[in-house]
Amino acid sequence: MFPLVPNLISEELNLIVALLLGIAFGFILEQAGFSSSRKLAGVFYGYDFTVLRVFFTAGVTAMSGVIILGYLGWLDTDFMYINPTYLQAAILGGVIMGFGFIIGGFCPGTSVAGMAIGKIDAMVFVGGGLIGVFVYGELYPWFEGITNADFLGNIRIFTSLGISQGLFAFALIAVAVGAFIMTTIIEKKVAPDGPAGSFDHTMHRYAGIAVLAVGVVLLFLPDYKDRMLAKVGTDEFLQSHPVKETTMDELAFRIIDRDPKIAIIDVRSESEFAGGMLPGAVNISGRQLFQKEFSEVLGNKHKRKIFVGKNETEARTAALLAMELGYENITVLCGGMEQFLGTMVTRTMSGSACQYAAAQQHSPVMDALQAKDTERFRSKASAQLAAMIAEAKNASVKPVKLVKKVSGGC
Amino acid sequence: MPTKYMNPYLAGFLLGLVLLTTIVITGRGLGASGALKSAVVATVSTVAPEHARSSSFYAENLKALHENPLKAWLVFEVLGVIIGGFLSGVVSDRLTFTIEKGPRITNTMRLGFALIGGLLFGLGAQFARGCTSGAALTGMAVLSTGGIITMMGIFGTGYAIAYFFRKLWI
Repeated sequence: MFPLVPNLISEELNLIVALLLGIAFGFILEQAGFSSSRKLAGVFYGYDFTVLRVFFTAGVTAMSGVIILGYLGWLDTDFMYINPTYLQAAILGGVIMGFGFIIGGFCPGTSVAGMAIGKIDAMVFVGGGLIGVFVYGELYPWFEGITNADFLGNIRIFTSLGISQGLFAFALIAVAVGAFIMTTIIEKKVAPDGPAGSFDHTMHRYAGIAVLAVGVVLLFLPDYKDRMLAKVGTDEFLQSHPVKETTMDELAFRIIDRDPKIAIIDVRSESEFAGGMLPGAVNISGRQLFQKEFSEVLGNKHKRKIFVGKNETEARTAALLAMELGYENITVLCGGMEQFLGTMVTRTMSGSACQYAAAQQHSPVMDALQAKDTERFRSKASAQLAAMIAEAKNASVKPVKLVKKVSGGC
Repeated sequence: MPTKYMNPYLAGFLLGLVLLTTIVITGRGLGASGALKSAVVATVSTVAPEHARSSSFYAENLKALHENPLKAWLVFEVLGVIIGGFLSGVVSDRLTFTIEKGPRITNTMRLGFALIGGLLFGLGAQFARGCTSGAALTGMAVLSTGGIITMMGIFGTGYAIAYFFRKLWI
């Protein structure tokens, strides 16, 4: 699953990748005419809307790609860098850059492309940009407050607006296509010999329709992880998909026996886990099941993975997700953590059967015998289990190191 | 005779693919102003190392860039932009030293305004944590709220004030 960088690409190779992607970026900017300040400024005066066309098309293309690859599960959007939102600074910075655009006729990327083909105004613009950064650096004590004010997190626009990702994507595409049509009409009036005059309009109409069709598809594409979580989270899915079970007594026996053939997967939240865990348990909560760091423990076919949740439903949901992700030899602990502790350790509860267990044929004599055995085992096991759980809590070290999120910045 | 510019929608589509490839490989988007910041941080920390250590702006950035601001991803990417732009200029026969300006201003005025515009862009990009590439375009691709607000800030302001600066361009 992409992105590659945090795990799979070395730092040196990443810099070569940067150079190559930069070459492609610069080549396209120059081919589009972004090395020309008059062409860039045209977007504000109606004689040349190239900026709007290139910019919107690029944004919509990349956005659609991100959503589609995210849906297919090829791109892990949880690891993608989302520019953080500092409300005041985002607005202030945008306004200052708006002035910079009109007055200077470039933005930083385009000025570099212009500089590369000998535009002297672009070179001066780049020099101005360096001075601008220097001025900011020197006056940072004054700017620090507003730069860091109103931090809203690495929030995404559809969350801010309270709509689905697909709806926003569709709306953005519709606005883009509408803007393309409008600006072409305007440009033809303002500058009859502008770039729109040489467009192949039939071709553009087909392309516009195709883009809108993509937008309609995006309306119905959730993120891969959301899709999987929603799928296994329904009651119907839980009922219809059996998971192998491990009873409380069996788990207790194997813990005391220090059975090397089991791996306890605790799916509760990090704080619940920190409050007390079974010996040797690995905490993998919620979306962490998707992370590759855990594939080593989950993918070990020779170990029986026993999923433990606060209750059995939580464990089942996580176990089903793990099975959907292709992991094998998965079982759930009947009852869940609270019942396990109550039944096996504090002895204040008496453990019940598995939640979804099929009705079995019982013989009264065997049941009575078994109940007696069970009772004897539990009374002997409780003290030892309590000691092992206390030991586990004291010795708790996070066994799996999580890869940090991709860091970014312009 | 220079070759005509590429169809803008085709150029936009290709640019979008480059941006998408960048996100898929590296997990983050393209940028430009970050390289300017690296250059400034590198210069200041070389010329006045004492000052760079005592100022939180330079100290933070040096730390974020692992004390070697010129070995940053965006520096290499922008070096690539220069190479790519130059290659495109060669292919399309557009390599000339010129100053581009509106018909009603002198070359000196144009260069003065280019300097001021660059300064404002460099300054604004620090507040917004990115410029048209890193905040606005990449922000749109990953649907970042801050990036899209900044994009609306840039273009909204541009349209709002265009009338007052029309002498520069038309």
